[in-house]
This record gives sequence, C-alpha cells and structure tokens, in this order.
Amino acid sequence: MNIIVLVKQVPNTTNIKLDPKTGNLIREGLESIMNPDDLHALEAAVKIKDKTGGKVMAVSMGPPQAVDVLTQAMGMGADKAFLLSDRAFSGADTWATSYTLSKGIEKIKDYDLIICGHQAIDGDTAQIGPQVADWLDIAQATYVNDIESVDENEIVVKRRLEHGFERLACKMPVLLTVISELNEPRYPHMEQLISACEQKAPIKVWNAADIGVKTIEVGLEGSNTHVIKTFTPNFKRQNELLEGSNKEVVSDLIDRLKKSDTTIAYRL
Amino acid sequence: MTIWIIEEKCDGCRRCIKACPYEGIKIKDGIASVTERCTSCGACIEACKKQNAIESDIEPRKIPDFSDRQGVWVFADQTDGKLARVCLELLGKAQDLAKDMGHKVSAVLLGKDVSHLIQTLHDHGAQNVYLVEDDLLKNFRTIAYTNVIEDLVLTYKPNILLMGATALGRDLAPRVSRRVGTGLTADCTQLAIDPDEKLMFQTRPAFGGNVMATIACKYASPQMATVRPGVMEAAPCKPENPTLIRHKISLKEQDIRTKILERVTQKKPGTDIIDANVIVAGGRGVNGEQGFAMLKELADILGGELACTRLIIEQGILPHDAQVGQTGKTIRPEIYIACGISGAVQHTAGMTGSRYIIAINNDPLAPIFKLANWGIVGDVHEIVPEFIKQLSCGGAS
Ligand SMILES: Cc1cc2nc3c(=O)[nH]c(=O)nc-3n(C[C@H](O)[C@H](O)[C@H](O)COP(=O)(O)OP(=O)(O)OC[C@H]3O[C@@H](n4cnc5c(N)ncnc54)[C@H](O)[C@@H]3O)c2cc1C
Ligand SMILES: Cc1cc2nc3c(=O)[nH]c(=O)nc-3n(C[C@H](O)[C@H](O)[C@H](O)COP(=O)(O)OP(=O)(O)OC[C@H]3O[C@@H](n4cnc5c(N)ncnc54)[C@H](O)[C@@H]3O)c2cc1C
Ligand code: SF4
Ligand code: SF4
Repeated sequence: MNIIVLVKQVPNTTNIKLDPKTGNLIREGLESIMNPDDLHALEAAVKIKDKTGGKVMAVSMGPPQAVDVLTQAMGMGADKAFLLSDRAFSGADTWATSYTLSKGIEKIKDYDLIICGHQAIDGDTAQIGPQVADWLDIAQATYVNDIESVDENEIVVKRRLEHGFERLACKMPVLLTVISELNEPRYPHMEQLISACEQKAPIKVWNAADIGVKTIEVGLEGSNTHVIKTFTPNFKRQNELLEGSNKEVVSDLIDRLKKSDTTIAYRL
Repeated sequence: MTIWIIEEKCDGCRRCIKACPYEGIKIKDGIASVTERCTSCGACIEACKKQNAIESDIEPRKIPDFSDRQGVWVFADQTDGKLARVCLELLGKAQDLAKDMGHKVSAVLLGKDVSHLIQTLHDHGAQNVYLVEDDLLKNFRTIAYTNVIEDLVLTYKPNILLMGATALGRDLAPRVSRRVGTGLTADCTQLAIDPDEKLMFQTRPAFGGNVMATIACKYASPQMATVRPGVMEAAPCKPENPTLIRHKISLKEQDIRTKILERVTQKKPGTDIIDANVIVAGGRGVNGEQGFAMLKELADILGGELACTRLIIEQGILPHDAQVGQTGKTIRPEIYIACGISGAVQHTAGMTGSRYIIAINNDPLAPIFKLANWGIVGDVHEIVPEFIKQLSCGGAS
C-alpha cells in the first residue's frame, strides 16, 4: 500500500515569547518544528507500511528550509519525500494551499491512502485535509483516533466526536486527518536520519511549473481569503490585588470579567 | 510582483506599518522600507493614499459582481433530531449581519424526519428554512451533506454561509467551501459587516491564540465562516412570513463512499481541559473532595472545566487528565482561576499562556500572584462560595 503523508513546518508556538514592552509576538528566533499532529500521521503510515508493504511518501509545501521536516520524516521511516516550493506559493490561504498540495499529489499519482494532521499549530484552521480530499474527489475521515483495519478496498477507523466516537468504514482511496490520541510517534532512527541528511535520500523539490499550476492560481494571488490585519490580544498582566470585603472583591472581579473581551463576558 | 517606496514622497507617518499584516514594511531613518517578509498583498498601498508614496506592479484584481448573491444562511447542525446550540447562536448573529446588509436570514436543515425543528429555527430568526430530507441524510456523512449543500448554494445563491465549529461543522465546511469554489475562515470569534464594501470581516485566533487575524473573502462567494460555540448569542424573534422551502435532490449510496458502523455516546460530556474556555483549577489549599465539589459548581456556572496541580492527582481527587503543568497538560484558556495554588514553576509552565489569570490564595506572598491579572487574598472556602452566590443571583445562564 502506498501512503502519502502531508507534513507542515511550523514555528513552535508552545514556546511563544511576547515582547514585554509592546506585548507583541516575537517571531524572530522561533524554532521551527514539524507540526505535532503530523508526527502521529507519519507514525500511523509507517505502521501500516510495516504490515502491508509499499511506500510512505512525505509531502510538504513550504520555503526551502522546510526540507528539515522532510528529512525528519525520512528519519521516521518515510521512503521518499517531496517539497513543493516556489516563491509564488507564499501567502496562500487554505484554498490555494490545498490546491497546490493536491496538484503535487496528482503528480505522484500512485497512492492508496493520504494521512495528514488534524490541525496545524500556526494557521490552526484544520481545513487542509478535507479540502485536499475534495480536490482529489476521494472520501475523508477526520478526527481519527484509531485505525482498526485496512486493505486495498476499505479502511475502518474510529473518529473522536464531542460526546463519544463513531466507527466509520471508508472506500479507498481515502484521506484521514489524525489527532494525537492515535499513537505514540517514534523517534527518528539515527541511521535513517543520517542517510537522509547525507542527501542520499531522495527529496524531490518541485516548483509551480513542475506540478503544472499557474502562478495566479496559487499563493496569495490564488487565494480566496485575505488577511486584512492582525493584532495581538492584550496579554499584559496588571498583577492587581483586589481589596475590600469578600463581597466587594468578588463583585469587583465579576465587573472586570464582564468588561473583559472574553467569550463568557456576556453570560455573566 | 513587488512593491516599492518613492522615498521623496514618504513622510514617515507609519500608516503603512499599521496596515501591513505581515511585518512587510518598516521605518528606517524616518522613511518606510520594504522587508523580506513582504508578500506583495497591497494593503499598505491603500493606507498610503494620502502621500501616494507606495507603488507596485500588482495588477489590481477585479472584484466580481456578487449583487445577485442574497441572504445570510446558517447551517442547522443536528444529530439524532437535536439541534446543536451553536446554530441558534449563529442565527442570532445572522440577524445582525442581515440587517447591516439588507438581506434575509435563512437556515439550512438536512436530515431524515427533522421537520419538528423547523419551528425552533423560525423562532430564532430564520425567515426561510431550506429543508432537505432523505433516507441517506439520516446520519451525517461528509460527501452526502456536501453534495446537498453544493446544490442548494448553486440554486439559491446565498451571500454568506455560517456553520458552527463543531466536530461536524469542521468536517463539512472546508469540503463545502472547496466544492462551491470559495474561501473559508475557521473558528471565528467575531463577525461584522464593513460599512464601506459590505464585506464580512471575520476575526479569528491563530498561533494557538497568540495572534488575532481579521480576514475577508472579497473575490469569491459565498462568504463562509465557522464560528466557535459559545461566542455568539441566540436572539429569539418572530420573523414575518416564515417560509419553508423543500428542496429535492437525488442521492446515491455508492457516491457517498463511507458507512457508519457504530456511533457511541459516552457519558461524561465534559470538554477536554485543553479545549475549555474557562478553567477553575485547585491546589493543596482546596479542602479535599468537598472543596473540589465547590470548585466544580463554580466551573459549571462559568461553562468551564476543573483542573488541578500534581499534588491533587497524587491524592487521587481528580484523574490524571486534569493535571496542568510540566508533566501534565499545557493549556491556554481564556480565563484561568487558580484556587489554593502556590504557583510552582512546574505548574505554571502549563498555564502562563492563559488569557486572564485570576488567583485566590490566603498567602499574599504566594508566587501565583505575580502571574495573575487579578488576585484575591483570602480563604478559597469563603471567596468561592461568595463568587457562586453572586453569579447565581446575577441571572447567569
Ligand atoms: C493568522 C493567520 C490566519 C489564517 N486564517 C485562515 C483562514 O481563516 N482561512 C484560510 O483559508 N486560511 C487562513 N490562513 C492561511 C493558512 O494558515 C494557510 O493556508 C496554511 O498554509 C494552511 O492552513 P493551516 O496551517 O491552518 O493548516 P491545517 O488545515 O490546520 O493543517 C492540517 C494538516 O494539513 C497538512 N498541511 C497543512 N499545511 C500544509 C503544508 N503547507 N504542507 C503540507 N501539509 C500541510 C498537515 O498535515 C496539517 O497537519 C491564515 C494564516 C494566518 C497566518
Ligand atoms: C519533576 C517535577 C515535575 C512536576 N510537574 C508538575 C506538574 O506538571 N504540575 C503540577 O501542578 N505540579 C508539578 N510538580 C509539583 C510542583 O513542584 C508543586 O509541588 C505543585 O505544583 C504544588 O501544588 P499546589 O500549588 O497545589 O500546592 P502547594 O505548593 O502546597 O500550595 C498550596 C497553596 O494553597 C494556599 N492555601 C492554603 N490554604 C488555603 C486556603 N484555605 N485558601 C486559599 N489558599 C490556601 C497556600 O498559601 C499555598 O500557596 C512537579 C514537581 C517536580 C519535581
Ligand atoms: S504610509 Fe506612506 S508616507 Fe506613511 S510611512 Fe508609509 S510609505 Fe511613508
Ligand atoms: S504589500 Fe502587503 S506585505 Fe508588503 S509591505 Fe505592503 S502591506 Fe506589507
């Protein structure tokens, strides 16, 4: 069985630092990592390959330095890797990103299963998986937390829902988006990592022309949504101690919560 | 595609910097200069209209005429004949949006034997209800629902389509948006109509809540967004001439390509603490199980979840998945209320990303106060009951 895994390079937002003066996000020096959910996607793919044979192919769209996550993917057991990289791809929304990825996948052609992470920790949209599935016109299963069985015709998965779960049988080919409950990702294997680093491992780099897309269809130009502005929510902490009787401090606190820009403010 | 600055015209007013979403421009020696982060989006050109100091070779993209796209639609997310609360909240917001645009509010209801929900949708602001009933729509399956909504959108041409950011909505919405050829903004917390262009401005958190972005979908239609549950407010109202539109479409089982083998509802409907908006956390200063029962009551009123320090796990009061910190979970709720927690670094490692931190501790020197927006020095067993009392008589839902 040939499996494509979509991996994204993301800034490590769990270690985010804010400028103490302005309260703005400090983007410089943020370490780049493989999106956490994608580690689970790779682990699942390599496990299936171990049982059924075939190849695992990692695909990423991003700047040249995104080869790092592909190298890591090879260290974890991917056999091949593809980097879709072109200045024209930058500034893409999920429409343009999913289009670019699906054109790359169509060029690879030979696949039975696509696995991607549920959500990236930077863009946070969880839209890429379903959109890629629709471009390719294949079935999808999201929020997958267990893969029960898989063969050439059908895969049976468990999906985590708000109040329980669902067991779903899908006709192949299919795209899964997986959540971290699915498995424990392995550490990259030293030898595999070294061989990947030595460029012996085949990481192909494809630009817009290679995958047959026009530059106006991708990146910022090909996007349907545009960011109009970004701002940092105010994180500065006042460190204020509220004073008065128990009754007074509590009503003072409730007042402040009511005036806060939080989603529960209106319910108080 | 590039932009450049006509230095003689630039007066260093910084308007461009405010407008740029990407840190693509900065001031050097009192004059604007473009950085390598610039994506040529053109937002700064607009901002510099006064000086006209920014030029570009960007072809202005034509905005298609969408004047025939009418109506604000809300997808009525139902499972087993029960509506998700969020769709009533969206109908509340849809009324505001529709008013600002001079459009009507509609709900889209798909399923099998779901006509008992029509009245509820009307009563929450939906003037029109589009109803599609079919055996194959009984349980939600992505491709079946996508095909139906695609057909509705192409037939009736709405201007806006909103869905709840539930597990169902987040599975369906991206697929629908791709199918009908439009953009989608995920997990919005604010929606508003821009008075100039009548566009919907959609604001959402990204980077794990560290950044807020306002997004618009100018070049494609309908304008689509998913919205987090609990953010908008339902607004019951009786529209004039409520109308039901039954739509027929032929679906084939073999096109749907998935089969539900089993659906299991698990008892405890609580949210994972990672996803909760409000966390009430307790430490050793909280008096055992009884004390935690009190915190649970507060959490319930606030629509939040219980969490704790490691010592509480070790005492067996709460299960391991409620632990916050270095060896527990890292969470960033909107509101974190720390009760009887000292603020050891191993604990705070898991909660400093919270939007607002409130600390209740009887030791004014407890390190947790250094991290808090607001602190209350006092006994949790007096403060929390008072908190519950005031919230309850304040008429909280
Ligand atoms: C502040 C901000 C807000 C944004 N808001 C929106 C928005 O509301 N709507 C919108 O359409 N776009 C939005 N974008 C753009 C969006 O982040 C990008 O299109 C991004 O490339 C993909 O989206 P994501 O990070 O949300 O991925 P997700 O959909 O969350 O990612 C899910 C999975 O898809 C795969 N994947 C995602 N990206 C790649 C990739 N480049 N290469 C390989 N695999 C990948 C991975 O397996 C990943 O785990 C926003 C961007 C920013 C900076
Ligand atoms: C390797 C390692 C990893 C660890 N990982 C974690 C982790 O992931 N998460 C974690 O939480 N801890 C972790 N710990 C433990 C951590 O170091 C602290 O011991 C623990 O967080 C303290 O918990 P606490 O605040 O509940 O208790 P204490 O530190 O005992 O604080 C209790 C507080 O309650 C106040 N108090 C007492 N009575 C009242 C009252 N009636 N009203 C109001 N306030 C009152 C006291 O003033 C005090 O400040 C770890 C420790 C180690 C060594
Ligand atoms: S807005 Fe125009 S005039 Fe003002 S600093 Fe920017 S480039 Fe210069
Ligand atoms: S074109 Fe866009 S990205 Fe570049 S500087 Fe102007 S606003 Fe910033």
